[in-house]
Amino acid sequence: MKLELQGITKRFGALVANDHIDLVVEPGEIHCLLGENGAGKSTLMNVLYGLYQADEGSILLDDEVQHFSGPGDAMAAGIGMVHQHFMLIPVFTVAENVMLGHEQTKAGGLLDLAAARAKVREISGRFGFDVDPDALVGDLPVGVQQRVEIIKALSRDAQVLVFDEPTAVLTPQETDELMAIMRQLKQSGTAIVFITHKLREVREVADRITVVRLGKVVGEASPTASNPELAAMMVGRSVSLTVEKTPAKPGDAALVVRDLSVIDAQNQYVVSHVDFEVRAGEILAIAGVQGNGQTELTEALLGLQARTEGSITLDGVEIAGATPRRILDAGVGFVPEDRGEDGLVGEFTIAENLMLDRSNGAPFVRGGAVQRGALDAFAEEKVREFDIRAQGITTPVGRLSGGNQQKVVLARELSRELRLFVAAQPTRGVDVGSIEFIHKRIVATRDAGVPIIVVSTELDEVVALADRIAVMYRGGIVGIVPADTPRDVLGLMMAGENPTGAAA
Amino acid sequence: MSDQNSTAPGSSTPVVETSHAAALDAPIVLEKVIVRSPKFPIVFGVFALLGLLAAFVFPRTGTTRIGLSDSKDAIQLDPIPIDSQPFVAVVAVLLALLAIAAALFVARSATARIPLGLTVAFAVLFVIAFLVWAVHDGLLPFTGLLVGALGVSTPLIFGALGGVLSERVGVVNVAIEGQLLFGAFAAALIGVYTGNAAAALIGAAVAGMLVSFVLAAFSIKYLVDQVIVGVVLNVLVTGLTTFLAGVIDVDTIPRTARFGVVPIPLLSEIPVLGPLLFRHSLIVYFMYIAVFAVWFGLNKTRWGLRLRAVGEHPKAADTVGINVGRTRFWNVSLAGAIAGIGGAYLALDAIGLFSKEMTNGAGFIALAAVIFGRWDPVRAVLAALLFGFATSLQNSLSAAGVTDVPKEFLLMLPYLITVLAVAGLVGQVRGPAAAGKPYIKS
Ligand SMILES: Nc1ncnc2c1ncn2[C@@H]1O[C@H](COP(=O)(O)OP(=O)(O)OP(=O)(O)O)[C@@H](O)[C@H]1O
Ligand SMILES: [Mg+2]
Repeated sequence: MKLELQGITKRFGALVANDHIDLVVEPGEIHCLLGENGAGKSTLMNVLYGLYQADEGSILLDDEVQHFSGPGDAMAAGIGMVHQHFMLIPVFTVAENVMLGHEQTKAGGLLDLAAARAKVREISGRFGFDVDPDALVGDLPVGVQQRVEIIKALSRDAQVLVFDEPTAVLTPQETDELMAIMRQLKQSGTAIVFITHKLREVREVADRITVVRLGKVVGEASPTASNPELAAMMVGRSVSLTVEKTPAKPGDAALVVRDLSVIDAQNQYVVSHVDFEVRAGEILAIAGVQGNGQTELTEALLGLQARTEGSITLDGVEIAGATPRRILDAGVGFVPEDRGEDGLVGEFTIAENLMLDRSNGAPFVRGGAVQRGALDAFAEEKVREFDIRAQGITTPVGRLSGGNQQKVVLARELSRELRLFVAAQPTRGVDVGSIEFIHKRIVATRDAGVPIIVVSTELDEVVALADRIAVMYRGGIVGIVPADTPRDVLGLMMAGENPTGAAA
Repeated sequence: MSDQNSTAPGSSTPVVETSHAAALDAPIVLEKVIVRSPKFPIVFGVFALLGLLAAFVFPRTGTTRIGLSDSKDAIQLDPIPIDSQPFVAVVAVLLALLAIAAALFVARSATARIPLGLTVAFAVLFVIAFLVWAVHDGLLPFTGLLVGALGVSTPLIFGALGGVLSERVGVVNVAIEGQLLFGAFAAALIGVYTGNAAAALIGAAVAGMLVSFVLAAFSIKYLVDQVIVGVVLNVLVTGLTTFLAGVIDVDTIPRTARFGVVPIPLLSEIPVLGPLLFRHSLIVYFMYIAVFAVWFGLNKTRWGLRLRAVGEHPKAADTVGINVGRTRFWNVSLAGAIAGIGGAYLALDAIGLFSKEMTNGAGFIALAAVIFGRWDPVRAVLAALLFGFATSLQNSLSAAGVTDVPKEFLLMLPYLITVLAVAGLVGQVRGPAAAGKPYIKS
């Protein structure tokens, strides 16, 4: 089906998120949308999907003007979408989430859960995804939730499919599988819109590339363009795509983890007997397929896991079993993997979110009262420093684009006096320009002598930032290897093998 | 640090495949731990201790006769005479043994989970021992106590079902009281003027629905705070019905407009169970169906899945093409209709007339049942039954002439049990995520 957007304009109050955008996607074409955080990509797609009503412009499918009053109409017309912020119901199982809205029923209105399970298995089988149809979505790590979101969109045989940053938390293998599926769909005539910040993916699958900046289309790029060319077109300046860092000058072991285990609600050892240490001024990257215990490990360091065994010492002080408050006060900065769930309060303003973990004393709170002046000055500075694109510091964080929300979390966590920095997926959904900046900040923090743990499913990021790499598999650490370990070795380790024989 | 590999589960078995995908396909099976929580044994122990205290420190002697039949029964069973003091003592010791067994079970067994049956048996034994101890010398109309409990519970159950539906779709329903009361009034009014029971029942459902329309319109369309609308509605309905009842005569509902008892042949003759379950009016039989229908509908059908989706994450529901506003509106209306029928029971069956403020807070107790029942229809019904039992217990014991146990203590006891049960034995309580939050589209 051919999709055509003509002169789409969408305003939020005074902000023009989409300014007369024209876009044509032919059937059997993969059309990439590139643009900075806050450029208006998701907004445009939400208009197409009927979630937002456009202020001006029209949507045409096979040259027929459509009037969508809601997503139901868009879906009926054959449009499907993988949402950047997952549209999943945490208390439902995977199968229930996938069937919702187009449920098959048996006699008596009875839900046909068996059919839904079979569908989930069939689609995840096609992908090489490992998803349990009966797992509760709320219990799954974000990477697995992303797979569910994709399965959900694919289960409806849409003729126009929008993928809004589906690969932000996928592993390279999963991304490859997804791109293979996209090519298959393209063969069968589906029109595909693909939004990503990862230029490698763009060049691999895109037939056409449209670049958006500040709500306007700034031009088309050729799929054969080089990474720096694409990045420059997106951001409007040249971007350095490699992390410049000097070799680490590690000090003493600052964080020492001994025999740490985490037990989940199903009484399983999701992290089991891990030992490692991170020295001051060193970045330890944790690699691994999502769902192998990385999430729980980082949460345990922050005191967010209810049941842990073993010991965690930071600068000689035992912090295992301490409250998150005490751990934060001990100088631990934390970027959670799911910013919407654990990192931000959506209804609070940017300024308020920037002081969330410092609400118990100076400089932002004195005598129980929030010091608005100090807070506003701080917020203004951070918004500028981290290039957070928003109307102002009083904008609720929930209204920001995905990448800008991520920058708010990073700005908060990186602007404290740190003794340890733990970041899970630090650059999830962030554009190339800002990745450059965030990586620089992380390296600068390391050089200031702070021990750092970075969890990432993005091998590029792991390799770029790490001084050492720990690979996790099924709750354990397979081995800890130097940063220059070849990628295929890392890949094997992520599948549980240890070809180098490296010890943890 | 060196023996990492041998302790990591899964890595102790050598992986033969070299392809990543193959290794990833295998289901992840992780080592498990068994949690041994002392919660149950402790709660059991506290109750066993209460039993022992009652048996040995504050012993009460005499013969308790447990009445199982009433005069209407075809099969008459003689009251069971029980020598109170030894009976309480034996049961108390039994309870203590059960508590010890529970402790051993938790400490030793492979699953460390106490079977539900054991908990139920423990609770039943405790309640019977308490009753015998309280009455200690006289007749305890046991069947009457249970029948009374069901009667008191019926409007609570209808109210709680309405509450569950409404809250699960995302609208906090504080207006159950108003829905019950307006339902009762409408049933009485229509009963008086038409003399037709069916018309009165339908009228009650429509009246409950009307209250819901206002709740739905203000909270879904005009985004007014749902709790405030609910409270205002309760006050409004109370005032309105009090005023109207003063103007119109709804004091005596004619026989023809009332729901008489319809015993179910044969079943109603079973001792104890017959009078308890099968000798009621049609409204009570309808309640059995409603409880099943709400449970089934909510958990097993498309309607229920969508309803729950809207109450948990309306935006996600919207993105799969579910109309959030409409789903909320109609289900809140349905909830009102169900609560309205509970009101009809009060006017047409339980009492037979309308008097001002006759619901007397039943709507709020129903709301409490919804929350104690963790927004689950079956648990909410059980909670409503427990509250009904509380009231009936107090009635029966004063009827049995128990005066030396303070009435306030009797009133308090079932709630005390509930609080302990909920706090001690039930896990985390979490309501529908989006309840109370309006859904705003841009
Ligand atoms: N519901 C909303 N209300 C107000 N402003 C909004 C809303 N949604 C988005 N915006 C604003 O519109 C602009 C475009 O946001 P959008 O989410 O489309 O960006 P994006 O290109 O998808 O960015 P990213 O790559 O970070 O996901 C941003 O400035 C954002 O703050
Ligand atoms: Mg976006």
